[in-house]
Amino acid sequence: MKEQILSTRQLCVGYASKAKTSKVLENLNLTLGRGELTCLLGPNGSGKSTLIRTIANIQKPLEGETWLNGARLLEVSAKQLARQLALVLTDRVSPGNLTSYALVALGRFPYTSWMGNLTEGDKKIIRWALEVTGTLPFADRHIGELSDGERQKVMIARALAQQTDLIILDEPTAHLDSPNRIEIFHLLKSLAREANKAILLSTHDIESAIGYADRLWLVHSHSVEEGTPEDLVLKGKLEKAFAREGLVFNHELARFEKPLVLPGLEVEVEGAQPGVTWTKRALQRAGHQIAEGEAQIVIRVNKHKETWTWTLDAKSFKTVEELLKQLDNLYGNEMD
Amino acid sequence: MMYSKPLVSLKAFLLLLAAVISLFLLNLALGSVSIPVTEVARILLGFEVDNEAWQNIILKIRLPRTITAVLVGAALSVGGLQMQTLFRNPLAGPSVLGITAGASLGVAAIMLAAGSATTAFAIRSLGIGGSWLVVLAASIGAFLVLLIILAISYRIRDNVVMLIVGIMVANITIAVVSIWQYFSDPEQIQEYILWTFGSLGGVTNHQLGVLSLIVALGIVATFLLSKTLNVLLLGEDYAQSMGLNVRISRMLIIAVTSVLAGAITGFCGPIGFVGIAVPHLTRSFLNTSDHRVLVPCCVLVGAILMLLCDIISQVPGSSTVLPVNAITAMIGSPIVIWIIVKRRNLKSSF
Repeated sequence: MKEQILSTRQLCVGYASKAKTSKVLENLNLTLGRGELTCLLGPNGSGKSTLIRTIANIQKPLEGETWLNGARLLEVSAKQLARQLALVLTDRVSPGNLTSYALVALGRFPYTSWMGNLTEGDKKIIRWALEVTGTLPFADRHIGELSDGERQKVMIARALAQQTDLIILDEPTAHLDSPNRIEIFHLLKSLAREANKAILLSTHDIESAIGYADRLWLVHSHSVEEGTPEDLVLKGKLEKAFAREGLVFNHELARFEKPLVLPGLEVEVEGAQPGVTWTKRALQRAGHQIAEGEAQIVIRVNKHKETWTWTLDAKSFKTVEELLKQLDNLYGNEMD
Repeated sequence: MMYSKPLVSLKAFLLLLAAVISLFLLNLALGSVSIPVTEVARILLGFEVDNEAWQNIILKIRLPRTITAVLVGAALSVGGLQMQTLFRNPLAGPSVLGITAGASLGVAAIMLAAGSATTAFAIRSLGIGGSWLVVLAASIGAFLVLLIILAISYRIRDNVVMLIVGIMVANITIAVVSIWQYFSDPEQIQEYILWTFGSLGGVTNHQLGVLSLIVALGIVATFLLSKTLNVLLLGEDYAQSMGLNVRISRMLIIAVTSVLAGAITGFCGPIGFVGIAVPHLTRSFLNTSDHRVLVPCCVLVGAILMLLCDIISQVPGSSTVLPVNAITAMIGSPIVIWIIVKRRNLKSSF
């Protein structure tokens, strides 16, 4: 285990009002290490945000404590905390008249004088934050003009400008499309390694979390399991955490699937890749079973230059769609 | 860019300052009697002028009123700017969030409830003491309403809901005042109603000193809060995560705003729309959200708008004077509409 930045001891998070106390997650003994990307993974509404808000000292724990760099979190002053922990929150900020540069410069808040004037040192750090996040090209653009992905990178740059050992992000990829999502994960992973920071982010994107996280915090039956993604998968913890009727974890693709149970034929597929894989997908979706050898129906996938064709019973098909239609006919005849 | 182009801000500031000075002189020159600007300048600089009537008009009537206009514009604009940033709501402002209504309640309490012994006239004739009383009552009223709104804002984080709550609280306050009016003597009601029309001319020289002091302190305090206001642009959670003591900052901002709005309302009546319109005008003119630039420029833009309104309300060349409240609404509302249409998305214009 690398140098510990944060650890929790028997932490219990939730909401307390006069009428009742509702514990969301309890018995939490978790750690975050320097240079590591940790993903807090769990289904929607499982308490990820509550845990993050507690660790970031925005809300009080119900029981237990959090230690940050060797000090009790509750005893760290707000000013001290701001130099050790930076946050990126889910709620979209839209101060449209602020440029990206100005927003990142706000990250220097804990360090600047009472008027907020920037020293040369501050400007250097802001520039570095813009550079490593790839946001320098639109430093002069207003936040309101940026795309969601660009804006999220600027928010990460702001957190970097705060120069903290620990950065916590609450669902940073929630509003993003898949290429942007991958870019953010990639950025955070390389920041953890190269800037040697501890980074915790919450997400419900299982595939990316498994692919990028050094360690997972997996929300599971009102507590959190900790470990490398592979260990948690092999122990079956991941499947249990997201367990729902009919949901199956596909180990090849590292994602959950709900197989369709439809009546269909037994089919064998052979030929060139990746055509075979995609043909199998199409057949499974249509309800046919894939057989390995000895099936009566054999489909051959051919690739000639950039053109794909499919052969079935000496007939040739130019698209998967045509092939599926033919199989439908065969199935219909078999039933008659 | 917010931090790297101070020259642009300086140029804009000087331009605005020049506009304030020109309008200030114009306001002194125009009115029921037109006085040449050169003569106005001579009188202001202390030279002897042949026409003694002009000298009296300028120094005893128009100068206090014009200074009041500058103070009103500056104070309400800066108050509105703080409210818009604190509530992160483009439609926030002293009049919308019920602060002005709260101040009215305070004034009504003094004017109506104190009984026939202390009418508004009696209070005004008390001089300094009386004016402090009105200001105090107006400020306390404004502060109380803001506290209620703040308490509710702890539970509700939705900006639109907050706005509706503010309007409702204002309505309740106004209702209380009208019940009060119902049971009051006609003379007292008349005083109160005249006050609600808004007037820049009713401030005496004594009171002007009090008002100038309060407004100056309020503006300086707001300027000192610039860094806090800047970081609040990202919302309270972010501000807290960057080490800001949100609770204290919020109390400070609210205290400063209620003193500014309360003092102005106490002396000049409830003057609407300046507080909402000016921060938007300033932001779109300077294209920045940096409060270190916005606060001083809001002071100037607010003064410009209020001087313009005062010139119009005097109806130059005639002896008619229109209620200034009506003029600010007639100029302010189209500005707000224009900004909404131009920016389309007002929410992202902070």
